[in-house]
Amino acid sequence: MKKLPIYLILSAGVIIMLYPLLWLVGASFKTNEEIFSSVWFIPRSIDLQVYRNAWQTVTPYTMGHYFLNTFGIIIPRTVFALISSVVVAYGFARFDFPFKRFFYALLMIGMFMPSIVTIMPSYFMWSRLHLLDTYIPLTVPWLFACEGMFVFILIRFFRSIPVEMDEAARIDGCGSIKALVYILLPCIQPAVVTIAVFTFLRTMNEFLQPLIMIQSVENYPLSLALRLSVDSTGQGYEQGKIIAMSVIGLIPSIAVFALAQKKFINSITSGGISG
Amino acid sequence: MKARRYNNPVGVSRFTGLLLISPFIVGFLLFTLYPFICSFALGLTDYDGIHAPEFIGADNFRKMSADDRFIKAVKVTLKYALILVPLKLVVSLMTALLLNAEIKGMGVYRTIFYIPSILGANLSVVIMWQYLFTANGLVDQFLEMIGLSPVSWYGSPNNALFILVLLRLWEFGSTMLIFLTALRDIPTEQYEAARVDGCGFWRGFLHITLPQLRGVMFINLVLQTISALQEFNAPYMITGGGPLRSTYTVGMLIYDEMFTYHNAGYANAVSWVLFVMIAVVVGVMHLVSRGERK
Repeated sequence: MKKLPIYLILSAGVIIMLYPLLWLVGASFKTNEEIFSSVWFIPRSIDLQVYRNAWQTVTPYTMGHYFLNTFGIIIPRTVFALISSVVVAYGFARFDFPFKRFFYALLMIGMFMPSIVTIMPSYFMWSRLHLLDTYIPLTVPWLFACEGMFVFILIRFFRSIPVEMDEAARIDGCGSIKALVYILLPCIQPAVVTIAVFTFLRTMNEFLQPLIMIQSVENYPLSLALRLSVDSTGQGYEQGKIIAMSVIGLIPSIAVFALAQKKFINSITSGGISG
Repeated sequence: MKARRYNNPVGVSRFTGLLLISPFIVGFLLFTLYPFICSFALGLTDYDGIHAPEFIGADNFRKMSADDRFIKAVKVTLKYALILVPLKLVVSLMTALLLNAEIKGMGVYRTIFYIPSILGANLSVVIMWQYLFTANGLVDQFLEMIGLSPVSWYGSPNNALFILVLLRLWEFGSTMLIFLTALRDIPTEQYEAARVDGCGFWRGFLHITLPQLRGVMFINLVLQTISALQEFNAPYMITGGGPLRSTYTVGMLIYDEMFTYHNAGYANAVSWVLFVMIAVVVGVMHLVSRGERK
């Protein structure tokens, strides 16, 4: 029973972590008056009509449209990030080359570079190339292993695989790329899942980048559509609808995390970012 | 000078590795180094984003030193970071210690505590936070329920900043997870040996745990400081920088100068000062942590 206080504190923590989210789901079914009069999250009545309304949004497009837009960013990003980070991490983990330590340091610097410094010149660059309002500025940089963290996660995974496995593959006549594809890739699956999940979550959460690069409502990802809905509705407006839109916006992230959570947390805690 | 020997498998040239990392090199030049240099160059110009930039030397930097909005924004940003970062590290470390205490269902707790941090600055969460702190919102109702008087969250400068601090504090899961991983790497034999020698929990914590957490402490400190000094989403969406600019961060100022007032030259100069601020803070942290290790 010595541990009872620990459980009490942790349970209080769990409530603080989850109650706001539960409340949000409950509040989506509430009337304005009910939202501001009760701490209890369960609504008086549940009518799914509010979700049908929320799906239509306050813009000319449905939530489905914005989801497709967001996935139109997520899918190329994930593919680009995986290919480029695996290749770059493979280079760092398994080969020796001139200025290796220098480039390794650059990888670190890139990770700590505040994005607010680089975002404005990037904006002008894409603007000069007439590529604003397309998904190219949001996806193409991911072809260049721009997420240092992903490369670090992969380097750690590669290092945990015995070099003898590559050597055996080479004796059997595999070149560098074949050894990577057939021998090493199957061993780093958890890292691949982690990177895919991180890319997904990061894109769902991203705000400043699309805010700057995307201008027409038609091309908005979910985050900008939500902001537009909040901005264009006033105080007296049916709050439940905005809240329902927010709930819909959270579902993909929570679903993906729930599905991958075991592999995800394990690969962060075992070989991940905590150097 | 003797040529360096490259430790590669037989038949692999020293350029193979370079070729493999070449996407990173190209990406670094195009999307980090080039914008970084551009940003500095634009900071020396008067530029509205449309007409050609006009070189004006250090005028933007001089303007900054007399710009009350800039000075206020720097103060707000530093205050925000100074409150948030220590709070977040302490809460993360304490939670990690609790979770490390061989309790049942640790995995479940760990997952639940991690959930808010995966949602990060998701717009839905930001909207939720806005509702929680509105007048008569959930937080006020809760305070009334336990017999306290409601607080004017958005009305008072100090409270408004605290709404943002609480949001980022709520998302402490990833920081906590980094601590927890490091804690679990500390061999339990060390604690047992200490207990045999008559060490209590606190002495064990001070002399065994803390020294071995130095590395991750540094990482967490740096990561959290960098993101706190760049804060933009939360004030932009939740408080709009108000009241009385009490939540108007440097990130917001840069955005406004660039996209609202079309002072791209000034915006870039400010972003460069922010970069230098971050670099100095991180540099000092690095020196201090290295000094301690000696």
